[in-house]
Amino acid sequence: MSQSVSSNPNQSFVQQDVIAPSRPPSNLVGPVAWVREHLFGGVFNTSATILIVLFLAWVVPPFLDFVLFDAVWVGTDREACIFNEAHPIVGACWAFIKDRFSFFNYGTYPIPERWRVDLFFALLTIAVIWLLKLSLPRRDLGALYAFIILPVVSYFLLIGSPTLGLPIVTTNLWGGLLVTVVVSAVGIVVSLPLGILLALGRRSTMPAAQVFSVAFIEFVRGVPLITVLFMASVMLPLFVPREFEPDKLLRALVGVALFASAYMAEVVRAGLQALPKGQYEGAMALGLSYGQMMRLIILPQALKVTIPNIVSNYIGLFKDTTLVVIVGLFDFLRTIETARIDPIWAAPTVSPTGYVYAAIFYFIFCFAMSSYARTIEQRLSKADKR
Amino acid sequence: MVDPRLSDAPGSQPAKVSPWRDPRWRSYAFQAVLMGAIGFLVYSAFSNATENLKRQKIASGFGFWDTNSGFPISFSIQHYSEATSTYGDAFWVGMVNTLLVAAIGIVLATLLGFAVGVARLSKNVLVAFVARWYVEILRNMPLLLQLLFWYNAVLKALPSVRDSIKLPLNSFLNNRGLTTPRPIPEDGLGWVGLVLLLGFVLTIVVRIWAKRRQEATGQLAPVGWITLVLLVVVPSLAFVIAGKPLGFDVPQGGRFNIVGGLVFQPEFLALLFGLVLYTAAYIAEVVRAGIMAVSHGQTEAAYALGLQPNITSKLIVIPQAMRVIIPPLTSQYLNLTKNSSLAVFVGYPDLANVFTGTVLNQTGQAIEVVGITMLVYLSISLTTSFVMNWYNRRVALIER
Repeated sequence: MSQSVSSNPNQSFVQQDVIAPSRPPSNLVGPVAWVREHLFGGVFNTSATILIVLFLAWVVPPFLDFVLFDAVWVGTDREACIFNEAHPIVGACWAFIKDRFSFFNYGTYPIPERWRVDLFFALLTIAVIWLLKLSLPRRDLGALYAFIILPVVSYFLLIGSPTLGLPIVTTNLWGGLLVTVVVSAVGIVVSLPLGILLALGRRSTMPAAQVFSVAFIEFVRGVPLITVLFMASVMLPLFVPREFEPDKLLRALVGVALFASAYMAEVVRAGLQALPKGQYEGAMALGLSYGQMMRLIILPQALKVTIPNIVSNYIGLFKDTTLVVIVGLFDFLRTIETARIDPIWAAPTVSPTGYVYAAIFYFIFCFAMSSYARTIEQRLSKADKR
Repeated sequence: MVDPRLSDAPGSQPAKVSPWRDPRWRSYAFQAVLMGAIGFLVYSAFSNATENLKRQKIASGFGFWDTNSGFPISFSIQHYSEATSTYGDAFWVGMVNTLLVAAIGIVLATLLGFAVGVARLSKNVLVAFVARWYVEILRNMPLLLQLLFWYNAVLKALPSVRDSIKLPLNSFLNNRGLTTPRPIPEDGLGWVGLVLLLGFVLTIVVRIWAKRRQEATGQLAPVGWITLVLLVVVPSLAFVIAGKPLGFDVPQGGRFNIVGGLVFQPEFLALLFGLVLYTAAYIAEVVRAGIMAVSHGQTEAAYALGLQPNITSKLIVIPQAMRVIIPPLTSQYLNLTKNSSLAVFVGYPDLANVFTGTVLNQTGQAIEVVGITMLVYLSISLTTSFVMNWYNRRVALIER
C-alpha cells in the first residue's frame, strides 16, 4: 500500500498520510468495558457478582477480625483468652500457639537434644533444595546425598548413638513436626526406588514379576490407608519373630512406605508409557543391556516428565501423614489436638486457633509444592514445543 | 572374513550363548529368585504368626462372626441391638453405613464439583476467583484436619438443644446434630412410586425413539417437555389423586430435648461435609481439565454450522469432555469411598470404625478382622473400576 502511495505523489485525490485509526467506542475498551464484560454481562453474571460480593463481605471481615484484629498475642495460660469484662470479644488465641510452639515442632523430644532435630531439618532443607532447584550443579550427587547419605546420618542423629556421644532418644518421645517430616521423608525416599521397581515389574515381560507387581499395586491402591496402617500396626508384629518386634514409628513407616510405593509405581508407569517406543528400540539396537537401557535412556526421560506428578503424589503423602495417629504416633496435627484440649489452655477460641494454625501450616507447604509442580510442568511443556 | 554368526547358510546352528548371557535363561532365573523370595517371606510370616498367636493365646478362624457382640452402635439404619446382635451383624451395620455415606457423598460431591469446575472457567472474574481459591484451599489441606474442624470447631460448637438454631421446614440445628421432619409413607405411596418408575421407563423409550427418528428423518421431538411431563407432572398428579399419601413426623422443640423427626448426627454430618467439600475440589479440577481438553475449534465449528450455544455445549462440548472426565472421576469416587474410613476419627460407625476399631479390640483377631475389612474395600474398588471401565469403553473415541 505504502508503495503505491509514494509512487504517485502528485495525485491530489490520493490520501498522503495514513489516517490514525479511530478509537473503538468507549464501552468496548478500557476499564468500564472490562467490568461490563467480566462482572456484569447479563442477568446471571450480575447476580452472581452481587451474591459473591455479599458473601465475601459476610465472611472475610469476621475472619480477619478473628485472626488479626481481635486476636490475643500475649499470655501464658487460659486467662489471656477467656471472655471477661476486660475483653468481651476474643479472637484467635495466638498466645496459645506461641506457648506450645516447641511442642508442635518437637513433641516430647528431650529439650537439651533438640538441636539434633534442628540440624536434621537443616540437612533435609539442603537436600530438598539441591534436588528441586534444577539449575544447581551436580544434582546426581544431590540424589546420592538425599537418598543414601541423609537417611543414614539422620538415623544416627535422631535416634542417637552412644559411640558418637549422642544419647539415645527412643521414638516414643518424638512428636509434632518432626514425626510428620520423618514419616513423609521416609515415605518419599523409600517409595521412589520401590515405585520404579514396581512400575518396571508391571511393564516387564516376565510373568512372575508382572503378576506380583500388578497384584501388589492394585491391592494397595484398592484399600484405604487406614487399613494399611492398621495392618502394619496390628499384623506386622505378628509376622515377625518376637525379638524383632518393631516400634510404633517403624510400623507406621512400613505402612506408609508400602502405600506410597504403589501410588508412585502408577505415576512412574505413566511416565514410562509416555515415552515413544522408538526410545526402547533405539537403545536395544545400540546393544545396551536392560539395565543400561533403563539407567541411561528410559528412566532419565521418563522421570523428567513425571516430576510434576511425583510432587503432587508427595503432596498427597504429606497430607496422609496425618493418619498415622491411628497407630498412636504424635504427628503435627495430633500435637495440636492434644494441646487444644489441655486444661491449661481451656478457652473457647483455642480450638479454632489450633485448627487455623494447622491449616496455615499445611496450606503453605502443599501450596508451595503444587506451585513448584506447576512451574516444572510449564518448563517441560516449553521444552516440548518446537 | 564373514562373522560366522551372520552366515545364513542352511544347516548352520545359531551360535551357542552361555545360559548366563541368554535373556531367556536369565529371565527364568530372575523369576525363580523372585518367587523364592516371596515364598520365603510368606512362609516366615505365616510361621511367625502361628507361633505369636499361640503364645498370645489369640484364637483364629471365623468363630467370632456368630458370637454376640455386646457393644452398641450409635447409628444404624437396619436393626441392631447390643444384646442380641452378633459381630456379623456389626459388620453389616458398618458396611451399610460406609456405603450410605459414600453414596450420598458421591452424589453431592459430583454436583458441587461440576458447579465449581464450570465456575473456574467462568468469564466472570469474581466467580472464577472464588472457585479457584475454593479448590486451592481445600485441596492443600489434609482431609483429617478438615473433618476435625467440621466436627470439633463447627458442629460440636453449635448451641445446645435448648438454644437450637431453627431452620426453615421445621428443622433444628444444635450440637446433637440436625433434626428434620421424618417422612412417613402412607397407603398408596407405592402406586405413586410405580407411576414414577413407569414414567422413567417411558422417558427412556421416548428418548431412544426420538433419537432413531432424528437419525432417520432429521426431525426433532420435544424430548425435554415429554420428560418433564412424564417425570414431574404425571407423578405429581398421581400423588394428589392418591390423596397425598405422605405424612411427616415433625420434630417438636422442647426444653431439654427435641422429640421426633429424623436426626442426622454431628458425626455423620461432619464426615459427609468434609468428604463432599474435599472431593468436590478434586472433581472441579477434573471437570475443568475435561472441558479445557475440548479444542476451541470444536466450539467454533459448531457455531459455524449455526448451532446455538446451549446446543453446542450439549451436543459438542459435553460429550467430548465427558470422555476425558470419566476415568479420573471414577478414581475420585473411589477416593471418596476409601476416605470415608476416616470416620474413625470423628466417631461415625462406618466399617473401619466398627470392625477394625471395636471388633478388633474385643476379639483381638487382627488377621481375620483387618483381612475382611481390606477385602470389602478391595471389592468395592474393583467393582467400581470394572463398571466404570465398561462405561468408559462405551463412550471412548472409536478410532480407525
